[in-house]
Amino acid sequence: MTYFAFMGALEQGFAYGFLVLGVYLTFRVLDFPDLTVDGSLPLGAAVSAVTISAGVNPFVSLLFALAAGFAAGAVTGILNTKFKILHLLASILTMIALYSVNLRVMGRPNMTLLGKATVLDPLTNAGIGMFNAAPLLFGIFSALALLLLFWLLHTAFGLAMQATGANRQMITSQGVNTDRVIILTVGLSNGFAAVSGALLCQSQGAADVNMGVGTIVAGLASVIVGETLFGCRSIGRALLAALLGSLVYRLAIALALSLKLGQFSFTPSDLNLLTALLVVIALTLPGLRNKVWRR
Amino acid sequence: MIEIKDLVKIFHRGSVNEVLALSGINLDIRQGDFITIIGSNGAGKSTLLNCLAGSLTIDSGHIRVGSEDVSRWPEHQRATLISRVFQDPLLGTCGSLSIEQNLALANRRGKVHGLGPGVKRSDQELFRKQLALLGLGLENRLKDKVGLLSGGQRQALTLLMATLIKPQILLLDEHTAALDPKTAQQVLELTQQLIAEQHLTALMVTHNMRQALQLGNRLIMLHGGRVILDISGKDKEKMTVEDLLEQFYKVRGEAFVSDRMLLV
Repeated sequence: MTYFAFMGALEQGFAYGFLVLGVYLTFRVLDFPDLTVDGSLPLGAAVSAVTISAGVNPFVSLLFALAAGFAAGAVTGILNTKFKILHLLASILTMIALYSVNLRVMGRPNMTLLGKATVLDPLTNAGIGMFNAAPLLFGIFSALALLLLFWLLHTAFGLAMQATGANRQMITSQGVNTDRVIILTVGLSNGFAAVSGALLCQSQGAADVNMGVGTIVAGLASVIVGETLFGCRSIGRALLAALLGSLVYRLAIALALSLKLGQFSFTPSDLNLLTALLVVIALTLPGLRNKVWRR
Repeated sequence: MIEIKDLVKIFHRGSVNEVLALSGINLDIRQGDFITIIGSNGAGKSTLLNCLAGSLTIDSGHIRVGSEDVSRWPEHQRATLISRVFQDPLLGTCGSLSIEQNLALANRRGKVHGLGPGVKRSDQELFRKQLALLGLGLENRLKDKVGLLSGGQRQALTLLMATLIKPQILLLDEHTAALDPKTAQQVLELTQQLIAEQHLTALMVTHNMRQALQLGNRLIMLHGGRVILDISGKDKEKMTVEDLLEQFYKVRGEAFVSDRMLLV
C-alpha cells in the first residue's frame, strides 16, 4: 500500500467516524437497528453542498447537516414510537423517502464543490498538504465526537438512554418517557451520519445522491470489527473500539484493493463482497477463538 | 387516598377470545394501608396491578391517586406517584448498568433526566448508606454491574429503588415467587421493614395464603375480576387459612353452579 492510499484510508476512516459512533449509539446502546443512515449520510452531503454553494461558511454547513440528519432520524423515531411501526421497517421507510428528499435538496443527482470553500481550507492555506490535512482535521473532529458521546452517556439522560436499550420496562417504571429517548437518540445518531456525509462531500469535492448505498453495512462492519479487536467492556472502551474499527475497516479495504496475486487483483466493484466477508470474519472470530482456547 | 372506581378491563375486546379480566373493581385504599391480594389464577390480581401502574389501559372506570385522576396517564407519568416490584427479578433493574447507576435512575424517578452527571458524588454516600441497610454487602460494590448480582440481590435492590423516593403507593406483584425459600424470606422481611419504616401504602399480590394473613393490615380476595372479600383489622387477625380456603371454595362452587345453570 502506498503512503497516499494509507492516508486516504485514514481520511475515510475518520470521516466515517461520526457515522460509526452514531451506529454504535443506535445498534448497541439503544438496540435499534437503524437503516436511516443510508439516506441521512447523503442528506448531510447534500445540505452541506447546497449551503456552501449558497455562501455559508463550511464549518457552519456542518451544523446544518447535523440538524437535517437529526430531523431525518427523529422521523424514524416517531414512526417507530408514535405510529408503532417496527424499528427496522420504520428506518427503511425514512431511508427511501430521503432518496427523493435528497434529490429535492440538490435539485439534481449530484453537485460538485469545485472551487468552493471547505473545512480543509484553513489547513491547506497553512501549507499542510491535502493528503495530510484531511486525516488530521477529521481525526480531531472524530476525537471530539467521541468525547461528546462519552460525556453524554454518563449524564442522567445517557443513563436513561442505556436503560431504554437494555430494559424498557425498568426505565419506564422509573418515570422515563422511552418514546422521547428513542426519538432523540435515533435523531442524534443520524445527525452524526449526516456530518460524516458533509465531511466526505467536502473532502471528495462532490455530493452524490447514491453515495449512501451500503452505509449501514459499513457502519455495522466497523462497530463489529472494533468490538472483536479492541473489546467493549466499558462505554469508553466501546466508543474507542468503534472509532478504531472504522479505521481498521477502511485500511482493510485499502489493503485488499492494493493486493495483487499474479494476474488477479481486486477492483472497487468487489467492495461489497469484501465488506460482507470482513463482517462474517469479525462475527465468527470470537467464537472460533473460544473453541481454539478450550482445546 | 387511592380510589379505584368501577374499574373494567377487557382483553381481546370484540373477538371470540374476549376475556373480562376486571369486571367493576371498587376499592378505597387508605393512607398507610398494607393490603395483601389473593385469588386463583386468572382472578385479575396482576391485571389490577398493571392497570394501576399504567402498563395496561383501562376500558372504563376511574383511578384516583390523592387529588389526581390518573386513569388516562401514561405509565411513565404514573411512575411519579406509583412504584413497583415485579415477579421477575431481571425486570426491575438494568443489568448492564452499575448498582450506583441504577440507584441514580431511581433517585430521579419522576424528575427530568437531563444533561447533569448521571451519578453525583453527593449521591454515592446516600446510596452506600441505603445499601448497607439491606445487609447484603452491596454498599462496597457500587461500581459493579447489576447483571453480576443474584436474583435475590437484584430483587432487594429493586425494592430499595422502588422506595428511594417515597411513592404514594408501592405495588408488589408476587415479588418473592421466583426466589428460593430462604432468599424469599429475606426479601419479605426487607419488604416489611421498608413499609413499616417509611409508613408506605402498599399492595402485595401473593399466592401464599399464610403470607397474606401474616402480612399487612388488610386482605382482599379477587375472583372473576371482582373483589369478593375485603377484611381488615381485627377481622383479618381472626381469620385462619382454613377460613380463607372455605371462602375460596365457596365462591368457586358458586361459580360452578352458575356455569351449570347456564349450560343446562
